[in-house]
Amino acid sequence: MPSTVSPLHAPAALSIKGLRKSFGRPAVDGLDLDVRAGEFYLLLGPNGAGKTTTLRMVSGLLKPDAGAISIFGVDALADPIGAKQITGWLSDEPMIYDKLTPPEYLEFVAGLWSVPTDVAAARSRELLRWLNLEPHARERCEGFSRGMRQKVALAGALVHEPRLIILDEPLTGLDAGAARLVKDVLQEKVRGGSTVLMTTHILEIAERMADRIGVISHGRLIAEGTLAELRARTGQEGATLEDMFLSLVDQDRAAE
Amino acid sequence: MNAIQALTWFARHEGRLAWRDALSMMTAGRPDRERRAWIWLGAFAIALHVIAYLLVRNFVAQEMHPDLTTMIAVTASILLSGSAMLSQAMESVTRTFYSRSDLELILSAPVKAERLFAVRIGAMTLSAALMSILLMGPFINILIWRDGWRWLGAYGVLVAVSLVTTSLAVVITIKLFQWIGPRRTRLAAQITAAIVGGVFVIGLQTAAMFSSGTLSRLSVLKSDAILAHAPGLNSPVWWAAKAALGDGLDLVWVLTASVLIFLAVTARYAPRFAGYVIAATSVAQITRQSQASAGRFRVVSPAATLRRKEQLLILRDPWLISQSLMQLLYLSPPALLLWHNYGSAGGAIVLVPVLVMTSGQLAGGLAWLTISGEDAPDLVLSAPVSPTRLLRAKAEAVMQCIAIVFSPFIVALLLISRQQALFAAGGIAAAALSSIAIQLWFRSQAKRSQFRRRHTSSRIATLAEAIISIAWAGTGAVAVSGNTLWPASALFAMFLLLCVRWLSPSRLQ
Repeated sequence: MPSTVSPLHAPAALSIKGLRKSFGRPAVDGLDLDVRAGEFYLLLGPNGAGKTTTLRMVSGLLKPDAGAISIFGVDALADPIGAKQITGWLSDEPMIYDKLTPPEYLEFVAGLWSVPTDVAAARSRELLRWLNLEPHARERCEGFSRGMRQKVALAGALVHEPRLIILDEPLTGLDAGAARLVKDVLQEKVRGGSTVLMTTHILEIAERMADRIGVISHGRLIAEGTLAELRARTGQEGATLEDMFLSLVDQDRAAE
Repeated sequence: MNAIQALTWFARHEGRLAWRDALSMMTAGRPDRERRAWIWLGAFAIALHVIAYLLVRNFVAQEMHPDLTTMIAVTASILLSGSAMLSQAMESVTRTFYSRSDLELILSAPVKAERLFAVRIGAMTLSAALMSILLMGPFINILIWRDGWRWLGAYGVLVAVSLVTTSLAVVITIKLFQWIGPRRTRLAAQITAAIVGGVFVIGLQTAAMFSSGTLSRLSVLKSDAILAHAPGLNSPVWWAAKAALGDGLDLVWVLTASVLIFLAVTARYAPRFAGYVIAATSVAQITRQSQASAGRFRVVSPAATLRRKEQLLILRDPWLISQSLMQLLYLSPPALLLWHNYGSAGGAIVLVPVLVMTSGQLAGGLAWLTISGEDAPDLVLSAPVSPTRLLRAKAEAVMQCIAIVFSPFIVALLLISRQQALFAAGGIAAAALSSIAIQLWFRSQAKRSQFRRRHTSSRIATLAEAIISIAWAGTGAVAVSGNTLWPASALFAMFLLLCVRWLSPSRLQ
């Protein structure tokens, strides 16, 4: 279920204006996007639509060719350090250090974000328990399955309590149990006041969890709104998100 | 498919992979560089031949007689290349066991895996032979040119040595596996390989140092003590040397014996390889328990956090030891010389350049690991820390490791001469910082596990690292010898560094 806190009139957690990035051909092409504080925002789009490029620019991992990004009022291009301080990033490929244990990894992340020791230790214990990683706390990550690595990486993205959590396909390759756990943790974070911006190809998640959905194609936002708003826009009463998504993408392709 | 067909098929498959791998290493994965790579390889071969000519022309002019002194010198050269080949082969065998690569596919296929492993043992032999031919070939060619066709036998001896050393490497690694188990073998085999690779040269240098007070290996080989204890000219000990010097019958004996040893080892151990590979793979699945406990959770500043992480990962790197131990082992003869000549200034003149050179090379490897071999670049880049601070922390982590390795030498030198210790410390720091700077300028994101192939990403960086380390080592030698021109040498090293900066891709960004 979408979060109970209505963020309709909440201030912008993320504001993107005229964002452009080209790798020979445009990957993101004048994107405008606003995510409200306390919102669970899902970005959908076909492969190569520019979702990951957008998220990487917001996280400070890619430099835009043009445009503006503001995170809770902090200009992410002018003050990247300030923006990163309140942002957590999780990529679809969990990149962690094989030779560190989960607590050592979290200790490292907490150090990078300058989280005080006692706070970081408490949060790490809580996250490890929450994500069922406690029994593996003394093991190095080298032998972990993909799901466990993803959970360690997620714990790393959350240990500094970011106000904006950015996740790129965090459920790829996870089994049903691990995926449920990650979804529960994210919903709990939204209930606690954090903002989540996430991409996924699993439309069922979008239907069940998202406050608002943005559909991106060819680097531009082609539709945005709640599930009901999208239904109204496509004129497909009672349609599933899959039907609407395919219809919107087809319309965009036809318009190209 | 019968056994012969299967072996041929596997050999063709392995050959194609090895060829593409070699091409990729030469061109750093860029097909457009292929022509340039061949030109460089040709130039390298010509340069090696020129060096070989300069080194062996006097040797040939003296007209060589197959006496005991010659036998000792040739046998020592064969042992020297043999120890290097054995080291390389041991590392290859260990990698075959512990790197999963295509082994899961092969082991899950309905084929007899021992045939592939037999081919792989053969490939290791071929690789060891080619490597030694690449390095020794120019010397043999010059000897053939200046002293006659009889030296052609030396190529046969190199092939025989590679057959024996690969067989020996297989036996040693498998015995380690049986004695200490798959978990400890990886580390033990790497340490053994590093020691084997350096022990012969280091042993000769150490013996020379105690007998003549120098590090000249030849002084030991020509010494009366060695001549007095050497067996007679008819002893089988000299077969390989005689074969290298053109004795056809001895060459046949040596080649036959080495082929038989190789076939026996392959027939005995290739069928067991699959079992060892599975055991080694299982070790990778078993996660290591850390001694760290939740109570020791301690967050420090971002820079200190990065330094601590880098040092922890360096300490826990399973392949680093084989790459760095050899460099450190070569420090032992000059260190012994310093101890032997303790109190006199002579030792420092030998020790300081070796220390400086080693520092540059070691720092280059560690800097690659920390800067280019960052396994979680997204995490580090998404942290609220400026890129300059991140890179500085990584450089500091490398410098701390260098300080730990070299401070005992500085302390020892300090007790002899404060000035020499200062020159040594300055040289070590300059060489290490130069290597770190080069790694920064030429950085390109890679997996930590690609450490062994770091040289392929930029030939200029590798060459620059070596040349500038030599320049700083030279500066150190000039300085400790009391020559006041050392600032000119230091300026030259810095000028070289500026040239490298100018050539680096980061200048263009």
